[in-house]
Amino acid sequence: MIYLKNILRTVLLSAMAFTVSACGEDEPLTEGTEPKLRRLTEQQYRNSISDVFGGNIIVAGRFDPLERIDGLLALGASSATITPAALERYEAMARSIALQVVDEENRKVLVSCAPAASNTRDDACANTFISSVGKFLFRRPLTGSEQTLYTNLSGAGAEGLGDFYQGLGYGLTGLMVSPKFLYINETAAPAPDGLHQLDGYSKASRLSFLLWNTTPDAVLLDAAAAGELDTKDGLEKQFNRMMTSSRVEHGVASFFEDMLEFERFDILEKDPVIYPAFILNVTEDAKEQTLRTLTQVLIEDKSDYRDIFTTRKTFISGDLGPIYRVPIENPEGWMPYEFPEASPWAGIQTHLSFQALFSHPGKSSPTLRGQAVRESLLCQKIPEPPGDVDFADFNDDANQINKTARQRLDVHNKEASCAGCHKLMDPIGLAMETFDGAGQLRTTENGVKIDTSGELDGITYENAVGLGQALRQNASAPACFTNRLYAYGTGHSPTRSERQWMGYLEGKFAAAGYRVPELLMEMVLSDAFYRVVPPSLDTNTADAGIISAKETKL
Amino acid sequence: MTLSRRSFLRGTVAGSAVALGLPFLDCFLNDNGTALASGAPIPVRFGSWFWGLGHTPGRGIAMDGKPGITFLEETQPLVPHADDLNYFNAFNTPLDGRPSAVHFTGWVAAKTGNVPRTFGDTPEPTLDVIIADQIGSETRFRSLDLSSTGSARDSYTFRNSTSRNAADVSPLAFYQRVFGAGFVDPNQADFTPAPSVMVRSSVLSAVHEESKDFLRTLGASDRARMDEYFTSIRQLEHQLALQMEKPDVSEACGIPTPPPEGEVLGIEIDVVKNNHKLLTDILVMALACNQTRVFNMLYSQALSMVRRRGESFTHHTLTHEEPIDASLGYQREVAKLHVHSMEALATFIQAFKDIREGDGTLLDNTLIFANSDTGNSRVHSVDNIPVMMIGKAGGRLKTGMHIAGNGDPITRIGLTAMQVMGIPVERWGTGSIETTKTISEILV
Repeated sequence: MIYLKNILRTVLLSAMAFTVSACGEDEPLTEGTEPKLRRLTEQQYRNSISDVFGGNIIVAGRFDPLERIDGLLALGASSATITPAALERYEAMARSIALQVVDEENRKVLVSCAPAASNTRDDACANTFISSVGKFLFRRPLTGSEQTLYTNLSGAGAEGLGDFYQGLGYGLTGLMVSPKFLYINETAAPAPDGLHQLDGYSKASRLSFLLWNTTPDAVLLDAAAAGELDTKDGLEKQFNRMMTSSRVEHGVASFFEDMLEFERFDILEKDPVIYPAFILNVTEDAKEQTLRTLTQVLIEDKSDYRDIFTTRKTFISGDLGPIYRVPIENPEGWMPYEFPEASPWAGIQTHLSFQALFSHPGKSSPTLRGQAVRESLLCQKIPEPPGDVDFADFNDDANQINKTARQRLDVHNKEASCAGCHKLMDPIGLAMETFDGAGQLRTTENGVKIDTSGELDGITYENAVGLGQALRQNASAPACFTNRLYAYGTGHSPTRSERQWMGYLEGKFAAAGYRVPELLMEMVLSDAFYRVVPPSLDTNTADAGIISAKETKL
Repeated sequence: MTLSRRSFLRGTVAGSAVALGLPFLDCFLNDNGTALASGAPIPVRFGSWFWGLGHTPGRGIAMDGKPGITFLEETQPLVPHADDLNYFNAFNTPLDGRPSAVHFTGWVAAKTGNVPRTFGDTPEPTLDVIIADQIGSETRFRSLDLSSTGSARDSYTFRNSTSRNAADVSPLAFYQRVFGAGFVDPNQADFTPAPSVMVRSSVLSAVHEESKDFLRTLGASDRARMDEYFTSIRQLEHQLALQMEKPDVSEACGIPTPPPEGEVLGIEIDVVKNNHKLLTDILVMALACNQTRVFNMLYSQALSMVRRRGESFTHHTLTHEEPIDASLGYQREVAKLHVHSMEALATFIQAFKDIREGDGTLLDNTLIFANSDTGNSRVHSVDNIPVMMIGKAGGRLKTGMHIAGNGDPITRIGLTAMQVMGIPVERWGTGSIETTKTISEILV
């Protein structure tokens, strides 16, 4: 039966591929995938709580890490489960948040009604509260039975504990331990073209988590309720509104935190003896510097995406000043700054964040840096190293005459089992060797001048700034970004049926001068972004056809 | 049906005694354990302890054919515990043509009986999860999973590729989790359940029931994920139910001292060892207080990042980059770090021995499955991975023996551990690594 359904779907798609789509555009038709539950990321959870209850509510607790799949934690969220220990933490967090929401101070603002008596249940008031916060937590209005359930839980709690507000807190706790809050759940609905698309509320979630990385706001939910998100005009209106909000910078920053593997900052450690200047504040500021630079260049300035590899514009904090050798006017804040033309810093690949993150605690690593450029920025997967490699040559050489990383790594070229992959990574990383393991500038290693020259896919360079120029000219860079952004927004890696669509999207990105807001608009106004197939009971079809469209095996 | 242990068919295969293909026997349970003065049987606990990068070849233990263990340079810290453990080596990991994912295949095969296809591929559960499914439902926590490396990701316990148990890494947070709000002292005279516990329980029950209709809207893979959610919510409901009952007295239980404020997490060796000790001290009391029966402790990652302050190389990078000392014939700094791992294990074992329980110690009522990921730290071989079984598992195990596997699949050790813990499993592993042969020499 399932097989027959798939055949019919394929026939239908083939027939429709020659017709003009409903929106009158030349967008290639895609088949869509089954919607997948996406576990809220830590930031999405925190942002949602902050937006619903205010920034003064403390979210205390630890979140289970997500697996990185096809380059993104966001894709790990599409397969993440909630283990017993994780639910235990979610429940404790939910109780802590709920207690704060209904405490004597916050209830004045956050609970719009007052109970007739504070020592017992008041279902009318509880109903009002549950209804008003529930729709932001579940990202849609509660159903009648949900409304009744959480109101009743509040009432039973109030009776059991002799306190209306404590009872309300337990009703709220229930909402926050429900899988309907902890997972973003998307629902398929019939589309005008005979296939299926996300329903309005699910579209609202996709838009909101992509652009703002938080739960939809009231305007977006109202638009969904009114059916406005099922029209191009309605989508465009919401997109334009959301892009003018400062929240979009947080949304874009969240995407890059994922793409650039910034979760590694959580456990980043540098040896204080070897790198005494690398203090905790520097770690935090290094991350923020790159995110500020990216949002400024891509969103504020609306510059070409490829400029992120060459831009001399950045932001410097008091703690970063000494590392970048920049005089600081205000040690407490951030200042916009442009590196001079001959500066060794240009492009995010020269930033402290990149250099420090892809190094060892006590030394630089051209291999890790090269791997990060290939995998994170160009979506090119480096194969795992072979097992049982004997490093005898490497060890002997390292002990004798080799002073620089280039000399030490040269052994990779002599060992056939190493050379194939290391020639893809090491030359890139060696361009950055003038930055030590903590990202500080140096010109020599063990008294020998560092040679940073190299070549990336046919383009030669002299140093890390030149590497940035080579990256800017590399066709894989914008294609990788497009692929990652789409996967991040939809929660799935592009499928085979989306190959043509991805090529189309990359073409649109190029035609728009690689401007990110225009790519975002193209994506969120497309049919493909919301195309789904209804869930199937066939366990074999759920992930069929998933590929890493832009992840090239090297 | 009850069978005597004598009904095991004993034999010798490839120089190592085996108990062939017999089903799990209930008689393993409780016939050797002692009871508390209160009459309640002492539970048998299971846990794992992991360290990365194994030993330097020829410096772990001697292959001298003697029945006991001859500890060499890198295992000297274990000498005081020689009578409390069995040491297994010369077991192999046949790959069946699959590539060896370095720092992954070795420990995954030893703990799941499955050789992964690629890095990150873990379709089968680790043995601690299989055991927790059997014995973990009667305690407040199904399992306590710890890492002394400061990263919650450093956890080698999972049900499958998408359901991984994150580690507790902060001693302070771990203390609060076990002995903070929600802990009911089994030895307190008075017991009054907190009214809020009942409310919390009813909230969870209601959410549990209400979420069931959610399933109808989901695809097959999401339904499987929701099954895990339902398991989790049932476990949490169970935890709360336990808080509403007066627990059995546990004579060995005492509330430990909270860890000091201002904790430091990280991978410097002194920090790792300190946090390992702090986490261990809380863990052993969590076990003594019957808060869990299953645990996992990761001392260092397979790709061990442990390092000395001021040293630019980590344990792992040293294995690649430190030259072999010509006069010694091995990597000097790597060897020192290997010794540190065994010192930490000795500390771990001692903590279990320091707790008196019944006629013996907590260790006597525990089985610790300790393993690494490689048999040769320098070339990262997945054969000859060192494994230990520590503790007497409530009298079910003999200890003090060195068992050489003569190239048998490493799964024999895990299969034996599971059977000792009461899992009705006759065979374990897939492909060439599958086995039906337990290691009978160590069975009482």
